[in-house]
Amino acid sequence: MMLSTSRRRLLRAGALGGLALPFAGLASTVSAQGSTLTIAYNVDLPAFDPTVGASAVNPTIQSLYKSVFDQYIDQNPDLSFKPGLLTGWGWNEDRTEIFLEVREGALWHTGEPVTPDDVVWSLERAGDPDTGNPIQFVWSKVGNYRIDGNRITADVLAFEPTLFKWMAFLTGYVLPRRYFEEVGPDGFEAAPVGSGPYRVDAFERNAFLRLKAVPDYWGGAPAYETVIFKFVTDAVSRVAEIESGASDVTLEIPYDAFDRLKDRPGLAGVTTPVSDIAMIFLNDNDEIMQDRNVRLAAHHAINKQAIVDRLLRGYGVPIDTLQAPEYAAFDPTIRVPYDPDRAAALLAESGYGRDNPARFTIQTTRGFKPRDFEMIQAIVGMWRAVGIEAEIEVYEIAQHFELRARDALAPAAFYNWGNSIGDPSTSTGFAMFGPSPHSTWDTDDLDAMIGPLWGEPDEAARIAGYRAVDRYIAEQGYVIPLLQYVQPIVHRDDVVVTPHTANFLLPQLMRPA
Amino acid sequence: MPIGFLVNRLVLAIPTLFGVSVVVFVLLRVVPGDPIAMMIPPGAGQEDIDRLRVLYGLDRSIPEQYGIWLGQALTGDFGTSISLRSDVLGLVLQRLPATLELAALALLIAGALATGLAVLGTASRGRWPEAVVDGVTGTVQAIPDFVWGLLFILALGVLMPVLPISGRFDPRIEIDFATGFYLIESLARFDLDTAAMLLRHAILPAVALALPLTAVLARLLKSSLSEAMTQDYVQVAKVRGFGPGRLIVREAMRNALIPTVALSSVQVTFLIGGTVLVERIFSYPGIGNMAIGAVINRDLPLIQGLVLTFAVLFIAINLVADLTYAALNPRVRRG
Repeated sequence: MMLSTSRRRLLRAGALGGLALPFAGLASTVSAQGSTLTIAYNVDLPAFDPTVGASAVNPTIQSLYKSVFDQYIDQNPDLSFKPGLLTGWGWNEDRTEIFLEVREGALWHTGEPVTPDDVVWSLERAGDPDTGNPIQFVWSKVGNYRIDGNRITADVLAFEPTLFKWMAFLTGYVLPRRYFEEVGPDGFEAAPVGSGPYRVDAFERNAFLRLKAVPDYWGGAPAYETVIFKFVTDAVSRVAEIESGASDVTLEIPYDAFDRLKDRPGLAGVTTPVSDIAMIFLNDNDEIMQDRNVRLAAHHAINKQAIVDRLLRGYGVPIDTLQAPEYAAFDPTIRVPYDPDRAAALLAESGYGRDNPARFTIQTTRGFKPRDFEMIQAIVGMWRAVGIEAEIEVYEIAQHFELRARDALAPAAFYNWGNSIGDPSTSTGFAMFGPSPHSTWDTDDLDAMIGPLWGEPDEAARIAGYRAVDRYIAEQGYVIPLLQYVQPIVHRDDVVVTPHTANFLLPQLMRPA
Repeated sequence: MPIGFLVNRLVLAIPTLFGVSVVVFVLLRVVPGDPIAMMIPPGAGQEDIDRLRVLYGLDRSIPEQYGIWLGQALTGDFGTSISLRSDVLGLVLQRLPATLELAALALLIAGALATGLAVLGTASRGRWPEAVVDGVTGTVQAIPDFVWGLLFILALGVLMPVLPISGRFDPRIEIDFATGFYLIESLARFDLDTAAMLLRHAILPAVALALPLTAVLARLLKSSLSEAMTQDYVQVAKVRGFGPGRLIVREAMRNALIPTVALSSVQVTFLIGGTVLVERIFSYPGIGNMAIGAVINRDLPLIQGLVLTFAVLFIAINLVADLTYAALNPRVRRG
């Protein structure tokens, strides 16, 4: 009996204690304060090495990489280029050699100095096909590196006019040679070391990344001593994070939630057009898309401003080429205006009309980008009004990549195209050049225009050449650019956030108000 | 419990797992969505694509790929995750404890709530509390776990922020654990502050997972209790003057648990399946959350590893249910 009573008491105490336990110390659940900044981030960090594997070419992860690692060359928030670990770079006169000048005073998070040897090793490793760098085809165009003090020279094995822009782009990061060789790839993943403004303090996969500021960072000590990236992949949960005060900053939330939150006491919002555009690929494999009248009618029939205003609450910039206004080859004089009468007339020229509509399928994602499916629904409605009957087919983004690589997309396919370096080769070039695995348009006329630009040494001529290509594409209706996305960022009003056009959310660009 | 029964079930698990592995392996390779297409950067040519295909072994035929995978899996090597670039087994083992702790907590909550509701409903047969119990269980069962999760986030995370709504623990706190079972380990160490913090993070996803199971278990148990209460041995006890509480808990409960346990294993597998969405909503770092990322990224080796892990869990749950059923039911126990 004694035993029975004791057990009952113990169980009762345990149960009560168990119930009370979660509510103990509630005060610690309130938001991060002072020198700690908590960011509810929209994607997980898959792996730390920013130069290999699929994550290396995932634009959404670059903010995390750029917090820990330095790039050869960096970018200002307006996409212009600035020194990173390189303070100088360029070609020789006949473009057979490059030179790189390595920053003095930069340190790895181990305290060792960043050396020209680290830079050369990083570039050679990136160009080695066995390391799995997805951009190896760019880095392998330079070789035979020579070091003289802080200056590196190398031979150009194949001329790549955008080489230095790539040094600020995907996989363009410098890693510590000695440390990496000592610990190996697995050891590096377990304890990554960079030279960026923050060092890795703790990482819980699928949960968070905790960073500590590097006080002697060459670019100046970051404002926040501790930065926590919480991986909150669900948009509703991110809204709840910022609304509850559990996080200080978040991004990539629905625009209606942004409008609601930015006016709430204690919160503020900032938006910026980013290097990510919505577009509709047209596929020349389908007979109907070989008809210029149909292509142009499909473009003229779309009221992009109405889509931005009514579906995206004004957060978007209509575009008529694959260049956003911040890109190097943007030309505001290239216009494909909304003109439903002209669209109907063009269709009539080809024998189509509302009684005999041009029919094709349009593929789209649903929920991958803000209001993507609704946008296509609206476009299909606009098309129907002029004599185009399009059937919507929803696909996953993985299917899009596979179909595009096989050149098997539907006659029309919605997609978004990011281009954080703003170069025309990484937008119009890769999206529209027939031999590119990303292109769905494969005609000799366009390839003949783009082809010579890949190796054009005169930068002004190259940019002018792409502007001419964009104008020709608009005249022929080879693609339907829709709009430039706007990134909504909500934050506590005691945090100043500088948005980045490259769609980075960088803690080093945040400071207390 | 005959040892032969246990051995028999374990042996039967082998062809089940083999079948699951074949189906998953083939399905993943025939459905649209090529992992290599996901990682082709702008500017890559066909040579680059072919190189990546060789690097990840996707240039071989499906039977050849399966043969290689199976050979390695038998030695404990389940391949390398394409997106996370780490050993699949290590990744799964790293995250599995979080899911197991969450599911165990949910199961505890569901068991406790269901027992309470069933006993209350049985004790108050024909009166208003029974109607309330039936109404509550019906409503709770009609709402899926992830919707409960969203409701909790809104109610207890935003409107009345008393509990954390994301993660497994507070990322501002330094924690050093020897195992992945943080909650169990902190309780074993009598580190109650840490245990409280872990429970605060787990309680909302656990309750969200537990509620639909609670409703099912409560209905099953209440029905079984009602039937047991009509049995002779209960009537005899009643004649001997035992009160309703003792009649239900001491006399009827044991026999009522037998059909409940038998049917609950299927419901518990639903609970495990429910972790996928609930972990996502609460940013809880378990294998459910990892599974969604793996599917989005078409990370074939990781998906295979995770599906096999879920299959092993389901087999284990059924085995435990069978063992519990046998322990409760003497007719089964004695063969």
